[in-house]
Amino acid sequence: MSSGYIAQQIVNGLILGSMYALVAIGFSMIYGIIRLINFAHGEIVMIGAFTTLGLLQYLGLPFPLVALAVLIVGAVVGILIEKGAFRPMRGAPQVTGFIASLGVSIMLQNLGILFLTAQPRNFSFPDYLQRVIQVGPVSFRSIDAVIMSIALILMGALLFLVHRTKLGMAMRATAENIDVARLMGININRTIMATFAMGSALAGIAGLMWGGKFGQIDPLLGFVPGLKSFVAAVIGGVGSIPGAILGGYILGLAEVLFVGLLPPIYSAFRDAFVFSTLILILLILPNGILGKGMEERV
Amino acid sequence: MLQIADIHVYRGKTHVLKGVRLDVRKGEIAALIGANGAGKTTLLRTISGLLRPARGKILLEGSRTAGRMDISRLAPEGITKLGVIHCPEGRGIFSQLTVRENLMIGAYLRSDKEGIAADYERVCTLFPILGSRSNQAGGSLSGGEQEMLAVGRALMGRPELLLLDEPSLGLGPIIVDTLFATLAEINAQGVTLLLVEQNAVKALLLAHRAWVLEIGRVTLSGSSRELIDDENVKKAYLGGT
Repeated sequence: MSSGYIAQQIVNGLILGSMYALVAIGFSMIYGIIRLINFAHGEIVMIGAFTTLGLLQYLGLPFPLVALAVLIVGAVVGILIEKGAFRPMRGAPQVTGFIASLGVSIMLQNLGILFLTAQPRNFSFPDYLQRVIQVGPVSFRSIDAVIMSIALILMGALLFLVHRTKLGMAMRATAENIDVARLMGININRTIMATFAMGSALAGIAGLMWGGKFGQIDPLLGFVPGLKSFVAAVIGGVGSIPGAILGGYILGLAEVLFVGLLPPIYSAFRDAFVFSTLILILLILPNGILGKGMEERV
Repeated sequence: MLQIADIHVYRGKTHVLKGVRLDVRKGEIAALIGANGAGKTTLLRTISGLLRPARGKILLEGSRTAGRMDISRLAPEGITKLGVIHCPEGRGIFSQLTVRENLMIGAYLRSDKEGIAADYERVCTLFPILGSRSNQAGGSLSGGEQEMLAVGRALMGRPELLLLDEPSLGLGPIIVDTLFATLAEINAQGVTLLLVEQNAVKALLLAHRAWVLEIGRVTLSGSSRELIDDENVKKAYLGGT
Protein backbone atom coordinates (compact mmCIF):
# COMPACT_ATOMS: atom_id res chain seq x y z
CA MET A 1 0.00 0.00 0.00
CA SER A 2 1.74 3.15 -1.20
CA SER A 3 1.59 6.53 0.47
CA GLY A 4 0.07 7.88 -2.71
CA TYR A 5 -2.80 5.43 -2.36
CA ILE A 6 -3.39 6.50 1.21
CA ALA A 7 -3.28 10.18 0.22
CA GLN A 8 -5.85 9.44 -2.44
CA GLN A 9 -8.11 7.75 0.12
CA ILE A 10 -7.79 10.74 2.43
CA VAL A 11 -8.85 13.10 -0.35
CA ASN A 12 -11.82 10.85 -1.11
CA GLY A 13 -12.70 10.83 2.58
CA LEU A 14 -12.58 14.61 2.73
CA ILE A 15 -14.92 14.86 -0.26
CA LEU A 16 -17.42 12.50 1.35
CA GLY A 17 -16.91 14.19 4.70
CA SER A 18 -17.75 17.61 3.19
CA MET A 19 -21.18 16.28 2.27
CA TYR A 20 -21.83 14.65 5.62
CA ALA A 21 -20.68 17.81 7.39
CA LEU A 22 -23.00 20.06 5.38
CA VAL A 23 -26.01 17.91 6.19
CA ALA A 24 -24.96 17.38 9.80
CA ILE A 25 -24.75 21.14 10.40
CA GLY A 26 -28.45 21.58 9.67
CA PHE A 27 -29.34 18.58 11.77
CA SER A 28 -27.40 19.97 14.67
CA MET A 29 -28.67 23.55 14.33
CA ILE A 30 -32.29 22.43 14.25
CA TYR A 31 -31.80 20.16 17.24
CA GLY A 32 -29.97 22.95 19.02
CA ILE A 33 -32.71 25.50 18.62
CA ILE A 34 -35.91 23.49 19.15
CA ARG A 35 -34.63 20.10 20.37
CA LEU A 36 -36.09 18.45 17.30
CA ILE A 37 -34.50 15.41 15.73
CA ASN A 38 -35.51 16.19 12.18
CA PHE A 39 -35.61 13.01 10.15
CA ALA A 40 -36.95 14.89 7.16
CA HIS A 41 -33.59 16.64 6.83
CA GLY A 42 -32.24 13.98 4.46
CA GLU A 43 -35.13 14.57 2.06
CA ILE A 44 -33.81 18.07 1.45
CA VAL A 45 -30.65 16.44 0.13
CA MET A 46 -32.85 14.56 -2.32
CA ILE A 47 -34.67 17.74 -3.34
CA GLY A 48 -31.32 19.49 -3.80
CA ALA A 49 -30.14 16.64 -6.04
CA PHE A 50 -33.23 16.73 -8.25
CA THR A 51 -33.13 20.53 -8.45
CA THR A 52 -29.55 20.25 -9.68
CA LEU A 53 -30.51 17.57 -12.18
CA GLY A 54 -33.29 19.70 -13.58
CA LEU A 55 -31.43 22.98 -13.80
CA LEU A 56 -27.97 21.81 -14.72
CA GLN A 57 -28.52 18.72 -16.82
CA TYR A 58 -31.93 19.35 -18.41
CA LEU A 59 -31.93 23.14 -18.68
CA GLY A 60 -28.17 23.52 -18.98
CA LEU A 61 -27.91 26.58 -16.74
CA PRO A 62 -24.42 27.68 -15.69
CA PHE A 63 -23.09 25.97 -12.57
CA PRO A 64 -22.82 29.00 -10.22
CA LEU A 65 -26.42 29.90 -10.97
CA VAL A 66 -27.50 26.32 -10.30
CA ALA A 67 -25.64 26.23 -6.99
CA LEU A 68 -27.32 29.47 -5.94
CA ALA A 69 -30.73 28.18 -6.97
CA VAL A 70 -30.18 24.95 -5.02
CA LEU A 71 -29.32 26.93 -1.90
CA ILE A 72 -32.50 28.95 -2.29
CA VAL A 73 -34.71 25.92 -3.01
CA GLY A 74 -33.28 24.16 0.06
CA ALA A 75 -33.94 27.18 2.25
CA VAL A 76 -37.50 27.59 0.97
CA VAL A 77 -38.33 23.90 1.47
CA GLY A 78 -36.88 24.07 4.99
CA ILE A 79 -39.04 27.10 5.80
CA LEU A 80 -42.16 25.40 4.43
CA ILE A 81 -41.51 22.25 6.46
CA GLU A 82 -40.96 24.28 9.62
CA LYS A 83 -44.10 26.33 9.09
CA GLY A 84 -46.30 23.47 7.98
CA ALA A 85 -45.20 20.62 10.18
CA PHE A 86 -43.17 21.76 13.15
CA ARG A 87 -44.50 25.15 14.19
CA PRO A 88 -47.97 23.77 15.01
CA MET A 89 -46.23 21.24 17.30
CA ARG A 90 -44.15 23.79 19.18
CA GLY A 91 -44.30 23.05 22.88
CA ALA A 92 -45.45 19.46 22.32
CA PRO A 93 -43.33 16.63 23.77
CA GLN A 94 -40.09 15.94 21.93
CA VAL A 95 -41.32 12.58 20.63
CA THR A 96 -44.26 14.28 18.85
CA GLY A 97 -41.90 16.39 16.78
CA PHE A 98 -39.77 13.37 16.04
CA ILE A 99 -42.77 11.43 14.72
CA ALA A 100 -43.91 14.46 12.73
CA SER A 101 -40.48 14.62 11.10
CA LEU A 102 -40.74 10.94 10.14
CA GLY A 103 -44.13 11.74 8.63
CA VAL A 104 -42.70 14.63 6.61
CA SER A 105 -39.84 12.40 5.48
CA ILE A 106 -42.15 9.65 4.21
CA MET A 107 -44.45 12.19 2.59
CA LEU A 108 -41.60 13.85 0.68
CA GLN A 109 -40.22 10.49 -0.46
CA ASN A 110 -43.64 9.48 -1.75
CA LEU A 111 -44.27 12.81 -3.43
CA GLY A 112 -40.94 12.24 -5.12
CA ILE A 113 -41.97 8.81 -6.30
CA LEU A 114 -45.33 10.14 -7.45
CA PHE A 115 -43.97 13.00 -9.53
CA LEU A 116 -40.51 11.75 -10.49
CA THR A 117 -41.05 7.94 -10.43
CA ALA A 118 -38.88 5.61 -8.39
CA GLN A 119 -36.70 4.92 -11.42
CA PRO A 120 -33.12 6.06 -10.71
CA ARG A 121 -31.91 8.75 -13.10
CA ASN A 122 -28.41 9.20 -14.36
CA PHE A 123 -26.79 12.25 -12.99
CA SER A 124 -23.63 13.64 -14.43
CA PHE A 125 -21.96 17.00 -14.34
CA PRO A 126 -21.04 18.64 -17.64
CA ASP A 127 -17.56 17.85 -18.99
CA TYR A 128 -15.97 21.06 -17.76
CA LEU A 129 -16.67 19.95 -14.19
CA GLN A 130 -15.44 16.39 -14.80
CA ARG A 131 -11.90 17.20 -15.81
CA VAL A 132 -9.40 15.11 -13.89
CA ILE A 133 -6.82 17.06 -11.94
CA GLN A 134 -3.60 15.32 -10.99
CA VAL A 135 -1.68 16.60 -7.99
CA GLY A 136 1.30 14.34 -7.31
CA PRO A 137 -0.08 10.87 -6.69
CA VAL A 138 -3.60 12.15 -6.00
CA SER A 139 -6.21 12.64 -8.70
CA PHE A 140 -9.65 14.14 -8.43
CA ARG A 141 -12.23 15.73 -10.68
CA SER A 142 -12.60 19.48 -10.87
CA ILE A 143 -16.09 19.13 -9.38
CA ASP A 144 -14.56 17.54 -6.27
CA ALA A 145 -12.37 20.57 -5.76
CA VAL A 146 -15.42 22.78 -6.30
CA ILE A 147 -17.43 20.70 -3.80
CA MET A 148 -14.78 20.96 -1.12
CA SER A 149 -14.31 24.68 -1.67
CA ILE A 150 -18.04 25.39 -1.61
CA ALA A 151 -18.35 23.37 1.60
CA LEU A 152 -15.54 25.30 3.28
CA ILE A 153 -16.84 28.68 2.12
CA LEU A 154 -20.37 27.93 3.30
CA MET A 155 -19.19 26.64 6.67
CA GLY A 156 -17.03 29.72 7.17
CA ALA A 157 -19.93 31.98 6.22
CA LEU A 158 -22.23 30.13 8.59
CA LEU A 159 -19.84 30.32 11.54
CA PHE A 160 -19.40 34.04 10.88
CA LEU A 161 -23.14 34.52 10.75
CA VAL A 162 -23.81 32.59 13.95
CA HIS A 163 -21.02 34.16 16.00
CA ARG A 164 -20.66 37.66 14.60
CA THR A 165 -24.11 38.92 13.64
CA LYS A 166 -27.20 39.99 15.52
CA LEU A 167 -29.28 37.24 13.93
CA GLY A 168 -26.70 34.67 15.00
CA MET A 169 -26.72 36.01 18.54
CA ALA A 170 -30.52 35.71 18.56
CA MET A 171 -30.22 32.13 17.30
CA ARG A 172 -27.76 31.17 20.03
CA ALA A 173 -29.89 32.86 22.68
CA THR A 174 -33.04 31.12 21.46
CA ALA A 175 -31.24 27.78 21.46
CA GLU A 176 -30.32 28.27 25.07
CA ASN A 177 -33.56 29.60 26.51
CA ILE A 178 -36.61 30.33 24.38
CA ASP A 179 -38.57 32.18 27.09
CA VAL A 180 -35.76 34.54 28.02
CA ALA A 181 -35.01 35.10 24.33
CA ARG A 182 -38.62 36.28 23.91
CA LEU A 183 -38.24 38.61 26.91
CA MET A 184 -35.29 40.23 25.10
CA GLY A 185 -37.63 41.05 22.25
CA ILE A 186 -36.41 38.32 19.93
CA ASN A 187 -39.04 37.12 17.49
CA ILE A 188 -38.44 33.42 17.98
CA ASN A 189 -40.61 32.36 15.05
CA ARG A 190 -38.41 34.34 12.70
CA THR A 191 -35.24 33.09 14.39
CA ILE A 192 -36.30 29.45 14.19
CA MET A 193 -37.32 29.96 10.57
CA ALA A 194 -33.90 31.41 9.77
CA THR A 195 -32.28 28.39 11.38
CA PHE A 196 -34.30 26.00 9.23
CA ALA A 197 -33.54 28.07 6.14
CA MET A 198 -29.78 28.01 6.71
CA GLY A 199 -29.56 24.36 7.70
CA SER A 200 -31.75 23.30 4.78
CA ALA A 201 -29.84 25.40 2.25
CA LEU A 202 -26.68 23.51 3.23
CA ALA A 203 -28.50 20.18 2.93
CA GLY A 204 -29.68 21.23 -0.54
CA ILE A 205 -26.11 21.90 -1.65
CA ALA A 206 -25.10 18.53 -0.22
CA GLY A 207 -27.72 17.07 -2.59
CA LEU A 208 -25.96 18.66 -5.55
CA MET A 209 -22.75 16.99 -4.39
CA TRP A 210 -24.42 13.67 -3.67
CA GLY A 211 -25.73 13.35 -7.20
CA GLY A 212 -22.34 14.14 -8.67
CA LYS A 213 -20.60 11.70 -6.38
CA PHE A 214 -22.76 8.66 -6.99
CA GLY A 215 -23.92 9.30 -10.54
CA GLN A 216 -27.50 8.23 -9.97
CA ILE A 217 -30.35 9.76 -8.02
CA ASP A 218 -33.79 8.58 -6.98
CA PRO A 219 -36.46 9.93 -4.61
CA LEU A 220 -35.33 7.69 -1.75
CA LEU A 221 -31.71 8.81 -1.77
CA GLY A 222 -32.15 11.11 1.24
CA PHE A 223 -32.39 8.30 3.75
CA VAL A 224 -28.71 7.35 3.88
CA PRO A 225 -27.19 10.86 4.05
CA GLY A 226 -29.89 11.78 6.56
CA LEU A 227 -29.03 8.91 8.85
CA LYS A 228 -25.28 9.23 8.48
CA SER A 229 -25.32 12.95 9.06
CA PHE A 230 -27.34 12.34 12.17
CA VAL A 231 -24.53 10.03 13.25
CA ALA A 232 -21.98 12.69 12.33
CA ALA A 233 -23.86 15.30 14.37
CA VAL A 234 -24.01 12.98 17.37
CA ILE A 235 -20.32 12.12 17.08
CA GLY A 236 -19.41 15.81 17.03
CA GLY A 237 -21.79 16.70 19.83
CA VAL A 238 -25.32 17.48 18.77
CA GLY A 239 -26.19 21.19 18.91
CA SER A 240 -22.63 22.27 18.14
CA ILE A 241 -21.88 23.52 14.62
CA PRO A 242 -18.08 22.97 14.79
CA GLY A 243 -18.95 19.55 16.24
CA ALA A 244 -21.14 18.73 13.25
CA ILE A 245 -18.37 19.78 10.86
CA LEU A 246 -15.80 17.69 12.71
CA GLY A 247 -18.18 14.73 12.97
CA GLY A 248 -18.91 14.92 9.25
CA TYR A 249 -15.24 14.82 8.26
CA ILE A 250 -14.42 12.10 10.78
CA LEU A 251 -17.22 9.95 9.47
CA GLY A 252 -16.34 10.55 5.82
CA LEU A 253 -12.67 9.74 6.41
CA ALA A 254 -13.41 6.72 8.57
CA GLU A 255 -15.79 5.28 6.02
CA VAL A 256 -13.48 5.72 3.04
CA LEU A 257 -10.36 4.58 4.86
CA PHE A 258 -12.15 1.51 6.14
CA VAL A 259 -13.16 0.50 2.65
CA GLY A 260 -9.87 1.54 1.10
CA LEU A 261 -7.42 0.11 3.55
CA LEU A 262 -8.99 -3.19 4.54
CA PRO A 263 -9.28 -6.20 2.24
CA PRO A 264 -12.15 -5.77 -0.24
CA ILE A 265 -14.05 -8.62 1.38
CA TYR A 266 -14.99 -6.27 4.27
CA SER A 267 -16.18 -3.36 2.15
CA ALA A 268 -19.79 -4.51 2.30
CA PHE A 269 -19.65 -3.80 6.00
CA ARG A 270 -18.97 -0.08 5.60
CA ASP A 271 -22.24 0.97 7.21
CA ALA A 272 -21.75 -1.44 10.08
CA PHE A 273 -18.40 0.24 10.56
CA VAL A 274 -19.96 3.71 10.54
CA PHE A 275 -22.30 2.77 13.35
CA SER A 276 -19.58 0.97 15.29
CA THR A 277 -17.60 4.21 15.15
CA LEU A 278 -20.61 6.00 16.60
CA ILE A 279 -21.00 3.52 19.44
CA LEU A 280 -17.30 3.60 20.20
CA ILE A 281 -17.11 7.38 20.34
CA LEU A 282 -20.23 7.66 22.44
CA LEU A 283 -18.88 5.09 24.89
CA ILE A 284 -15.83 7.26 25.45
CA LEU A 285 -17.48 10.70 25.02
CA PRO A 286 -21.20 10.39 25.79
CA ASN A 287 -21.88 13.98 24.68
CA GLY A 288 -19.91 13.71 21.47
CA ILE A 289 -16.55 15.29 20.83
CA LEU A 290 -17.54 18.96 21.22
CA GLY A 291 -20.91 18.45 22.93
CA LYS A 292 -21.68 20.43 26.04
CA GLY A 293 -24.08 17.94 27.57
CA MET A 294 -27.57 17.15 26.44
CA GLU A 295 -29.32 18.24 29.60
CA GLU A 296 -32.97 19.11 29.08
CA ARG A 297 -34.05 22.68 29.16
CA VAL A 298 -36.06 23.58 32.24
CA MET B 1 -48.40 53.42 34.83
CA LEU B 2 -49.41 49.77 35.08
CA GLN B 3 -52.84 48.72 36.14
CA ILE B 4 -53.75 45.08 36.62
CA ALA B 5 -57.48 44.64 36.59
CA ASP B 6 -58.99 41.40 37.79
CA ILE B 7 -56.51 39.03 36.20
CA HIS B 8 -57.25 35.31 36.14
CA VAL B 9 -54.51 32.92 35.04
CA TYR B 10 -54.58 29.14 34.79
CA ARG B 11 -51.58 26.86 34.51
CA GLY B 12 -52.98 23.65 33.17
CA LYS B 13 -56.08 23.13 35.29
CA THR B 14 -54.77 25.03 38.30
CA HIS B 15 -56.35 28.41 38.88
CA VAL B 16 -53.21 30.29 39.90
CA LEU B 17 -54.27 33.94 39.88
CA LYS B 18 -57.84 34.49 41.01
CA GLY B 19 -58.68 38.07 40.20
CA VAL B 20 -55.54 40.00 41.06
CA ARG B 21 -55.81 43.79 41.07
CA LEU B 22 -52.96 46.17 41.64
CA ASP B 23 -51.57 49.33 40.17
CA VAL B 24 -48.01 50.54 39.91
CA ARG B 25 -47.47 54.29 39.81
CA LYS B 26 -44.92 55.96 37.62
CA GLY B 27 -41.57 56.46 39.30
CA GLU B 28 -42.16 54.28 42.35
CA ILE B 29 -40.73 51.04 43.64
CA ALA B 30 -43.55 48.60 44.14
CA ALA B 31 -43.08 45.26 45.86
CA LEU B 32 -45.10 42.10 45.78
CA ILE B 33 -44.40 39.77 48.65
CA GLY B 34 -45.79 36.36 49.43
CA ALA B 35 -44.92 32.75 50.09
CA ASN B 36 -43.75 30.19 47.59
CA GLY B 37 -46.56 29.18 45.27
CA ALA B 38 -48.63 32.30 45.88
CA GLY B 39 -48.45 33.18 42.18
CA LYS B 40 -45.88 35.96 42.21
CA THR B 41 -43.82 34.61 39.32
CA THR B 42 -46.98 33.77 37.41
CA LEU B 43 -48.08 37.37 37.74
CA LEU B 44 -44.79 38.72 36.34
CA ARG B 45 -44.84 36.18 33.51
CA THR B 46 -48.38 37.28 32.68
CA ILE B 47 -47.42 40.97 32.64
CA SER B 48 -44.48 40.30 30.31
CA GLY B 49 -46.61 38.20 27.97
CA LEU B 50 -45.10 34.75 28.55
CA LEU B 51 -48.49 33.67 29.91
CA ARG B 52 -51.94 34.66 28.68
CA PRO B 53 -54.58 35.57 31.22
CA ALA B 54 -57.93 33.78 30.87
CA ARG B 55 -59.71 36.94 31.95
CA GLY B 56 -58.85 40.48 32.94
CA LYS B 57 -56.85 43.38 31.59
CA ILE B 58 -53.34 44.70 32.00
CA LEU B 59 -53.30 48.39 31.21
CA LEU B 60 -50.03 50.14 30.49
CA GLU B 61 -49.49 53.85 30.11
CA GLY B 62 -45.96 54.77 29.16
CA SER B 63 -44.11 57.09 26.81
CA ARG B 64 -44.13 54.42 24.09
CA THR B 65 -47.87 53.66 24.29
CA ALA B 66 -50.64 55.73 22.79
CA GLY B 67 -52.51 56.63 25.94
CA ARG B 68 -53.53 53.68 28.04
CA MET B 69 -53.38 50.34 26.30
CA ASP B 70 -54.30 46.77 27.17
CA ILE B 71 -51.15 44.65 26.80
CA SER B 72 -52.63 41.39 28.05
CA ARG B 73 -52.90 39.94 24.54
CA LEU B 74 -49.51 41.07 23.24
CA ALA B 75 -46.55 38.75 22.61
CA PRO B 76 -43.53 39.19 24.90
CA GLU B 77 -41.48 40.91 22.20
CA GLY B 78 -44.23 43.50 21.77
CA ILE B 79 -44.33 44.19 25.49
CA THR B 80 -40.55 44.51 25.70
CA LYS B 81 -40.76 47.05 22.91
CA LEU B 82 -43.11 49.18 25.04
CA GLY B 83 -40.44 49.45 27.73
CA VAL B 84 -41.67 46.80 30.15
CA ILE B 85 -38.66 44.59 30.81
CA HIS B 86 -38.72 41.42 32.83
CA CYS B 87 -35.69 40.10 34.72
CA PRO B 88 -36.79 36.51 35.07
CA GLU B 89 -36.62 34.18 38.04
CA GLY B 90 -33.30 32.38 38.12
CA ARG B 91 -31.77 35.29 36.15
CA GLY B 92 -31.96 33.63 32.75
CA ILE B 93 -28.39 34.41 31.79
CA PHE B 94 -27.36 32.98 28.43
CA SER B 95 -24.50 30.91 29.76
CA GLN B 96 -22.85 30.27 26.37
CA LEU B 97 -22.94 33.90 25.29
CA THR B 98 -20.25 36.24 26.54
CA VAL B 99 -21.02 38.87 29.17
CA ARG B 100 -20.86 41.52 26.47
CA GLU B 101 -23.24 39.57 24.23
CA ASN B 102 -25.63 39.08 27.13
CA LEU B 103 -25.72 42.85 27.58
CA MET B 104 -26.01 43.53 23.87
CA ILE B 105 -28.93 41.16 23.51
CA GLY B 106 -30.74 43.29 26.06
CA ALA B 107 -30.67 46.01 23.40
CA TYR B 108 -31.88 43.62 20.71
CA LEU B 109 -34.83 45.78 19.68
CA ARG B 110 -32.81 48.97 19.50
CA SER B 111 -30.85 50.22 16.53
CA ASP B 112 -29.42 53.47 17.86
CA LYS B 113 -25.75 52.50 17.87
CA GLU B 114 -24.50 55.48 19.88
CA GLY B 115 -27.26 55.14 22.45
CA ILE B 116 -26.48 51.45 22.88
CA ALA B 117 -22.76 52.15 23.30
CA ALA B 118 -23.53 54.86 25.87
CA ASP B 119 -25.83 52.53 27.80
CA TYR B 120 -23.19 49.81 27.70
CA GLU B 121 -20.75 52.21 29.32
CA ARG B 122 -23.39 53.21 31.84
CA VAL B 123 -24.07 49.59 32.83
CA CYS B 124 -20.34 48.92 33.15
CA THR B 125 -20.04 51.93 35.44
CA LEU B 126 -22.96 50.69 37.53
CA PHE B 127 -21.51 47.16 37.66
CA PRO B 128 -17.74 47.45 37.05
CA ILE B 129 -17.31 43.67 37.29
CA LEU B 130 -19.31 43.25 34.06
CA GLY B 131 -16.97 45.52 32.13
CA SER B 132 -13.91 43.65 33.33
CA ARG B 133 -15.39 40.26 32.39
CA SER B 134 -16.91 41.28 29.08
CA ASN B 135 -15.39 38.42 27.07
CA GLN B 136 -16.07 35.69 29.59
CA ALA B 137 -19.00 33.29 29.12
CA GLY B 138 -22.09 34.38 31.04
CA GLY B 139 -22.27 30.97 32.68
CA SER B 140 -18.85 31.41 34.28
CA LEU B 141 -20.01 34.26 36.54
CA SER B 142 -20.95 33.79 40.19
CA GLY B 143 -24.57 34.06 41.31
CA GLY B 144 -24.25 37.68 42.37
CA GLU B 145 -22.46 38.65 39.16
CA GLN B 146 -25.14 36.88 37.13
CA GLU B 147 -27.82 38.88 38.91
CA MET B 148 -25.93 42.07 38.07
CA LEU B 149 -25.68 40.88 34.49
CA ALA B 150 -29.43 40.20 34.41
CA VAL B 151 -30.20 43.69 35.73
CA GLY B 152 -27.63 45.27 33.42
CA ARG B 153 -29.08 43.38 30.47
CA ALA B 154 -32.55 44.68 31.32
CA LEU B 155 -31.19 48.25 31.52
CA MET B 156 -29.78 47.87 27.99
CA GLY B 157 -33.39 47.77 26.79
CA ARG B 158 -34.06 51.24 28.28
CA PRO B 159 -36.86 50.09 30.58
CA GLU B 160 -39.63 52.35 31.81
CA LEU B 161 -40.96 49.60 34.02
CA LEU B 162 -38.57 46.94 35.27
CA LEU B 163 -40.03 43.68 36.57
CA LEU B 164 -37.66 41.90 38.94
CA ASP B 165 -38.34 38.33 40.00
CA GLU B 166 -36.54 37.37 43.23
CA PRO B 167 -33.30 39.27 42.58
CA SER B 168 -31.98 38.35 46.05
CA LEU B 169 -32.45 34.59 45.59
CA GLY B 170 -29.36 32.63 46.53
CA LEU B 171 -27.19 35.68 47.20
CA GLY B 172 -25.20 36.50 50.32
CA PRO B 173 -26.41 39.40 52.52
CA ILE B 174 -23.64 41.80 51.52
CA ILE B 175 -24.27 41.28 47.83
CA VAL B 176 -28.01 41.72 48.39
CA ASP B 177 -27.36 45.07 50.10
CA THR B 178 -25.17 46.26 47.22
CA LEU B 179 -27.72 45.07 44.68
CA PHE B 180 -30.66 46.73 46.41
CA ALA B 181 -28.70 49.98 46.71
CA THR B 182 -28.15 49.81 42.94
CA LEU B 183 -31.85 49.15 42.39
CA ALA B 184 -32.64 52.31 44.37
CA GLU B 185 -30.17 54.19 42.18
CA ILE B 186 -31.79 52.86 39.02
CA ASN B 187 -35.16 53.96 40.37
CA ALA B 188 -33.76 57.41 41.14
CA GLN B 189 -32.78 57.66 37.48
CA GLY B 190 -36.46 57.39 36.58
CA VAL B 191 -37.16 53.69 36.13
CA THR B 192 -40.31 52.35 37.79
CA LEU B 193 -39.68 49.02 39.55
CA LEU B 194 -42.02 46.15 40.34
CA LEU B 195 -40.17 43.81 42.63
CA VAL B 196 -41.23 40.29 43.56
CA GLU B 197 -39.50 39.01 46.66
CA GLN B 198 -39.59 36.33 49.29
CA ASN B 199 -37.12 38.41 51.29
CA ALA B 200 -39.97 40.56 52.60
CA VAL B 201 -37.90 42.72 54.96
CA LYS B 202 -35.51 43.83 52.26
CA ALA B 203 -38.31 44.34 49.76
CA LEU B 204 -40.41 46.45 52.14
CA LEU B 205 -37.43 48.56 53.14
CA LEU B 206 -36.69 49.34 49.50
CA ALA B 207 -40.22 49.80 48.19
CA HIS B 208 -42.62 52.69 48.46
CA ARG B 209 -45.74 50.57 48.28
CA ALA B 210 -46.40 46.85 48.49
CA TRP B 211 -48.94 44.08 48.14
CA VAL B 212 -49.19 40.72 49.83
CA LEU B 213 -50.17 37.91 47.50
CA GLU B 214 -51.65 34.76 49.04
CA ILE B 215 -52.70 31.80 46.91
CA GLY B 216 -53.70 33.85 43.92
CA ARG B 217 -55.27 36.86 45.65
CA VAL B 218 -54.01 40.18 46.96
CA THR B 219 -54.85 40.09 50.66
CA LEU B 220 -53.15 43.25 51.84
CA SER B 221 -51.86 46.42 50.28
CA GLY B 222 -50.57 49.75 51.33
CA SER B 223 -47.46 51.79 51.79
CA SER B 224 -44.51 49.64 52.79
CA ARG B 225 -44.39 51.50 56.12
CA GLU B 226 -47.95 50.32 56.87
CA LEU B 227 -47.15 46.77 55.88
CA ILE B 228 -44.00 46.62 57.98
CA ASP B 229 -46.08 47.63 60.99
CA ASP B 230 -48.95 45.28 60.20
CA GLU B 231 -49.25 42.50 62.78
CA ASN B 232 -50.23 39.82 60.26
CA VAL B 233 -47.38 40.69 57.93
CA LYS B 234 -44.96 40.65 60.84
CA LYS B 235 -46.10 37.18 61.83
CA ALA B 236 -46.25 35.64 58.41
CA TYR B 237 -43.38 37.25 56.52
CA LEU B 238 -41.05 39.19 58.74
CA GLY B 239 -40.29 36.49 61.27
CA GLY B 240 -41.74 38.62 64.07
CA THR B 241 -43.82 37.38 66.95
